[in-house]
Amino acid sequence: MTERELKRKSVEYRKKILKYIYGAKAGHTGGSLSCIDILNVLYNSVLNVSPEDFDSPDRDRYIQSKGHCVEALYVVLADKGFFPEADLETLCKYQSHYIGHPTRKVHGVEQNTGALGHGLSLSVGNAIAARLDRKSYRVFTLLGDGELPEGSNWEAALTASHYKLDNLCAIIDHNKLQISGRTIDVCNTDPIDKKFESFGWAVREVDGHDHRQLREAFDSLPFEPDKPSLIIAHTVKGKGISYMEGQLKWHHGVPGEDQYRAAQLELDEVMETI
Amino acid sequence: MGALEEIKSETQVVGLANLETFSNTLQALAENDKHIIVVTSDSRGSGKLVPFGAKFPEQLIEIGIAEQNLVGVAAGIASTGKKVFAVSPACFLTARSFEQIKNDVAYSDNPVNLIGISAGVSYGALGSTHHSLHDFAALRAVNNLIIAAPADNFETEQAIKQAAALDKPVYLRFGKKNMPHLPSTAERTFEFGKGREVLRGEDLVIIATGEAVYPALEAAERLHSGYQLQSSVVSMHTIKPLDYDLLAKVAQKGVPIITVEEHSIYGGLGEACASFLMENGFNNKFKIIGIPDEYTVTGSQNDIFNHYGISGEGITQVALTLLK
Repeated sequence: MTERELKRKSVEYRKKILKYIYGAKAGHTGGSLSCIDILNVLYNSVLNVSPEDFDSPDRDRYIQSKGHCVEALYVVLADKGFFPEADLETLCKYQSHYIGHPTRKVHGVEQNTGALGHGLSLSVGNAIAARLDRKSYRVFTLLGDGELPEGSNWEAALTASHYKLDNLCAIIDHNKLQISGRTIDVCNTDPIDKKFESFGWAVREVDGHDHRQLREAFDSLPFEPDKPSLIIAHTVKGKGISYMEGQLKWHHGVPGEDQYRAAQLELDEVMETI
Repeated sequence: MGALEEIKSETQVVGLANLETFSNTLQALAENDKHIIVVTSDSRGSGKLVPFGAKFPEQLIEIGIAEQNLVGVAAGIASTGKKVFAVSPACFLTARSFEQIKNDVAYSDNPVNLIGISAGVSYGALGSTHHSLHDFAALRAVNNLIIAAPADNFETEQAIKQAAALDKPVYLRFGKKNMPHLPSTAERTFEFGKGREVLRGEDLVIIATGEAVYPALEAAERLHSGYQLQSSVVSMHTIKPLDYDLLAKVAQKGVPIITVEEHSIYGGLGEACASFLMENGFNNKFKIIGIPDEYTVTGSQNDIFNHYGISGEGITQVALTLLK
């Protein structure tokens, strides 16, 4: 996919994220908007997954550890043809499969996540299995910066380097905000790069909204042979909607009617410039 | 020799520890199946898995002492189609990793076989940190998980083989002491969710699980030789799904029912039976024997069993009281 196409996709995805959160009157708006460029690049340029071959043992694996930003994942999976987009009109509604965290009841979702600090261990398990089966698929997992204090992440980080899992890539959506404030104030995990490096990982930092930087990072995996790779993607919570950007209240804020129309208008205007 | 004579016999052959049967069975399975994967948390020694690891080094994944990660990684491996056994002391496996069991194994339906070794009060005087008296209660409330405690070597071997063949999440727990065989007169069938009536009688029903089954048999022998009472003894190896058909069948005798378990009296086999019986109109006299809600007394597994009446003598006394 060209850079222009990716850019247009991101705008389209942001519009849909807002549409379905607005329809559900629920969702994690800010984080979905901060990670959508990462998912866009992954699903449109990196992962060898498709609805037709989703049961292939050779497919790449994507596990979303920050499960609460499921709206970003659902919108991308619908776009890739895993299910009809209209299904998302049932998001979070009574008896819908499309619950507010990733679930395997939705085609294209690898693991049920939502409790934080689980995705990295699951991914390590997938990456170990790839080794055992002499398979070349790769495993990607998206972590939130707010979930890094979960100790299980660091247990998994140790195992990943112990087994030299260079078929594993974790991406941190580093939007620097979590539900009760700035991550640096809630529980300071800086310097993330040094911590992971000291755990035996190879680390790169990118602008998590710059598709070219993201693609270059993914294209150069593994960053070092015999080491798991970490991409620290610097992002902005609420990215793309000026009144949401960097604003804590949009962690799981749902726009009202006027706000929703203003957001869609803003995105339409951006689309016209691409 | 009848079942009761076997129990009384001084020449009785005591089997292996269920733990050893587990490791032997797993190793035999792995001979023909490279998809059998063991995941340990520095527990290969206590899990009797050193020979397994030496023979199949690729099939034993060591995580180190990190039980949350143990279960998460096991779930990740299992999701690719392998037959994964996550082996760790039951106390840590079911408490430290509870959320991973709930979400990554049960809710995500990753068919991990969770093997809780040295379960219940097997660690004896090491104390409460090392006891698992909560595991049935905690895990019963988790959807999509088979929970079982095999009583002897036969049940253990069958449970391991069937767990390996079953594409579902399973929790098995057992201890590390050598176990007597259940009476040879009992039917040699084992199926998760189907209890085994290993002794039949008309005066009393004792429903036990895991290593508490043998004390139940000893009580049956005492009640017979001392009081001419005939007891039914059920090895209710599977706590969930519970064998409601068998429960109803034995309850229909209308005689007192005693449950015995190496677990808290809260939330385990006894309360599972009680809720079924009450909801279905049975009003048999009923007593739960287990570990009461207190700081567990210090001692060996045997000491603790005797202290709380998980013994031939203790169960006999409860039976006589109920039968008054």
